[in-house]
Parts: sequence; structure tokens; C-alpha cells
Amino acid sequence: MKIGVLGVQGDIREHVETLRSMGVDVEIVKKSEQLDEIDGLIIPGGESTTISKLMKFAGLWDVLKDMVSKGFPVFGTCAGMIVLSKRVTNNPSQETLGVIDIDVERNAYGRQVNSFEVDLEIKGVDVPIRGVFIRAPRIVRMGSEVEVLAVHNGTPVFVRQGKIMVASFHPELSGSSHVHRIFLETMR
Amino acid sequence: MEKYGTWTLKKGFAEMFKHGVIMDVTTAEQARIAEEAGAVAVMALERVPADIRKQGGVARMASVQKIKEIMDAVSIPVMAKVRIGHIAEAMILEALGVDFIDESEVLTPADDKYHINKHEFKVPFVCGARNLGEALRRIAEGAAMIRTKGEAGTGNIIEAVKHMRQVMDEIRRIQNMPDEELVTYAKEIGAPVELVAEVKRLGRLPVVNFAAGGVATPADAALMMLLGADGVFVGSGIFKSKDPRKMAKAIVAAVMYYDDPKMLAKISEDIGEAMPGQDIAELAVRMQERGW
Repeated sequence: MKIGVLGVQGDIREHVETLRSMGVDVEIVKKSEQLDEIDGLIIPGGESTTISKLMKFAGLWDVLKDMVSKGFPVFGTCAGMIVLSKRVTNNPSQETLGVIDIDVERNAYGRQVNSFEVDLEIKGVDVPIRGVFIRAPRIVRMGSEVEVLAVHNGTPVFVRQGKIMVASFHPELSGSSHVHRIFLETMR
Repeated sequence: MEKYGTWTLKKGFAEMFKHGVIMDVTTAEQARIAEEAGAVAVMALERVPADIRKQGGVARMASVQKIKEIMDAVSIPVMAKVRIGHIAEAMILEALGVDFIDESEVLTPADDKYHINKHEFKVPFVCGARNLGEALRRIAEGAAMIRTKGEAGTGNIIEAVKHMRQVMDEIRRIQNMPDEELVTYAKEIGAPVELVAEVKRLGRLPVVNFAAGGVATPADAALMMLLGADGVFVGSGIFKSKDPRKMAKAIVAAVMYYDDPKMLAKISEDIGEAMPGQDIAELAVRMQERGW
């Protein structure tokens, strides 16, 4: 099994290092041909507007959208969650892949001084996981097929729909691989 | 309980900029052009470095009005510069909600001996450095991100190359150094030994390291990535070029495709003229020498 990490912009290295620490074979993906060589893809944290633009420039946008709607496993953290969502409520002109039935609000917790970290209880994990929220997006609407895996202050922050998984926070910065393990299980 | 302003949050935020371009802007309109081109953040300024150089005088933090105008214009993070050692300018920027502060040699220093104690702030800081010792001193003071200085406002890449090579060379030397030599080496470069040991362990700086000061073309940006930069700051290079929209987009793409010759050739085509450049030997002021 090989996992791809989208290599256009953001904290690519942190995801690669987390996966490698778990003994997983990793490929950094910049071209659409590489999508055929991997079994699942992680879209890292970064700047969602930049990531979307570069995905289009690289010819990854439509190919990935098509693959994910046919069941290709994908996991988006922070910016990755925005890219995979249906709609950005406070920036409706921002194009998204629209593959998971959630609407998100960007920078919903405020600017960088309002970024925070907090322990999260995650479904299926028996230890608390440090949730690192950096100018994080918030899920403001969720379809009935979306399963909640973690909640913070009444808001879902980690959800899954079929083989599509998204988190408002950065599990790749938490120093633990539990969340990545859940993605590997989701892919099966 | 939620924790704010932690080292994880400051350093982690900088990680999100990696493989990205941060652009200097002086108006809301320029900020929108930068965002549209794919910048990961903008740096709000009163004047770009090339104009600071030309006009002389004392360069200070941008006006509150200007910073607010730029923050309102874009959804991407907004950075702003303070003078070296100017604690109060930094307090003002933090109160405004600026996302990142650049304690910058491009502005006229406010203190000729000391930098700001950046640990005191919730907002993260980036600082310039010309070598490993300077980078580690800034990190010791709390900088969550480093940029090699180059020579801002010149459109001449040579100083940026010199500083990036210097930092990378020192990192490689430390990796091959036996532990008993670390204390003496730390003393020589004027850096805390704990940070020198961390560099040895990681094989890189403990925080993100961007290149800055002289980037004027997509090729310049790619060169800095090839030398090991995590990303690129472009100051005067965008809005002093003939066609800022095209140049901004091309530099963003070049940072992604820095090691792909065919793509770089395609990206570099039809982008208009780059900013005029200056020979370093002819400069009246070398901004890179500011910083202690």
C-alpha cells in the first residue's frame, strides 16, 4: 500500500514524516499520473486558495474530483478540508471539489492570535489527541451521510463520509499517528 | 482548556506557508492581486523596499489605516513589519490582529543592540538572518520563522544566494561535527548550544526558513528553492515589474516546479519585464548589516 501526500503547497513534510514513522510507503504527488500509483491521498494544511489554484494549474483538480467521487480515499487537514468541502460560506466564490457533504466557514475561529490547541476525544482512540487549530475552518452544515469522529465545544471538527475524511485541526502537528491510523483503516 | 500563542501554534503556522510565496503589498488592490495570484500571505507595507532605498529617511511600521485596509481586503494571512527592537510597534500590530510580525532590517532599526523578546507575544514573528548564528539568536529570542536576508529592494539575487548557502553550509558542518565540538562551535557563532545541538539532530533549522531579498524572476525563486529554502518572500519584485499579475502567478508556479526544467521554461514565458536591478557594490545602504 502506498499513500500520496499532495505536494503543491503546505506542511507536506509533516504528513510524510508521520506516515513514514508508521512504516507506510509515501509518495509526494505533483502530477495527475502519480494518482494511479497510490491507494489514497492526503491534502495537507496550507493556504486553501493557493492549493486550489496550483491543483488546477497542475491538472490535478478534475482528475482527483472524478476519482474521489468514485470512491478513491482522501483525507484533508485544515486547508485540505476546505478544498474537499461543498461550499465556503464566507467566501462563496472560492471553488471547492465538493466531494464531502459539508459547508465550512474559513478562519472561523479568528486570526492567528485566536489559533489554539486543545485535547480532543476521538471516536475509536482511547487516549486524548492534541488538536492544533491554526486559523482553522469550522463545519457549519453537515449532510446526513457524514459521520462525526470528534467534536469541540459542540462543533464537529473531525468527520468522515465513506472514504473521505476531513479535520479542522492538524493531526500531523500533534506528535501522534492515531488520526493517520484511522485514515488507513477507512481506506480498507 | 484551550491554549493560545504556544510555540506549537507559532511554529506550526509557519509550516503552513511552506512551498509558498509571501508578497509585499502597499494597497488593498495589490493585496487582492497577490491573493488572486496564489500568494500564501501578504506583507503590508507603506513602501516596498526599492522605494525605501530610493527615498531614504526613516522607514517605520506601516500606518494602522493601511494595515487595516489590507487586512479587510483579503482572506489570506496578513503580515506586517516592525523596526528591529521596537516593542511598541509590535504591540500595536498584535492588537490589530496581524497574523505574523516581521522584525525587519528593511525598516530603520529602533534599537542598535537588542531585538524584541518575541516569546512575550502571542503573535508569531519572522526575522532575517545571514548565517546560522544570527538565525539561532533570533530563534532563541522567540522567532518562529527565519528568512535569509539577501539585499532587499535590489532585484539582485546574489546576496540571497550567499546567505542561504552560508546557512546550509553551516548546517551540513554541524551534522558532521562530533558532540564535543558543539559548545566551542556555539561560542564561535554566538548561538545557544541547545539550538546548535537541535540543528545537528534535525539536519535543518528548527523553524521554517524562507529566502528573501532580491527575488525578481521565477528563475530566482526556483534557484532559492533549489538551494534549500522552504519558500520565498518577494518584496519589490512583483509590483516593480512591468506586469505584476503575470509575474506574481509565475513566481508562485515556479516555487512549486522549482526542479522541473520544462515547466520552469513554460512558466517563464510571456511574463513581461522584471524589476530593474542594482549592483550591490553601488549601494549606499546595505540593509542586511542591520541585526545584532
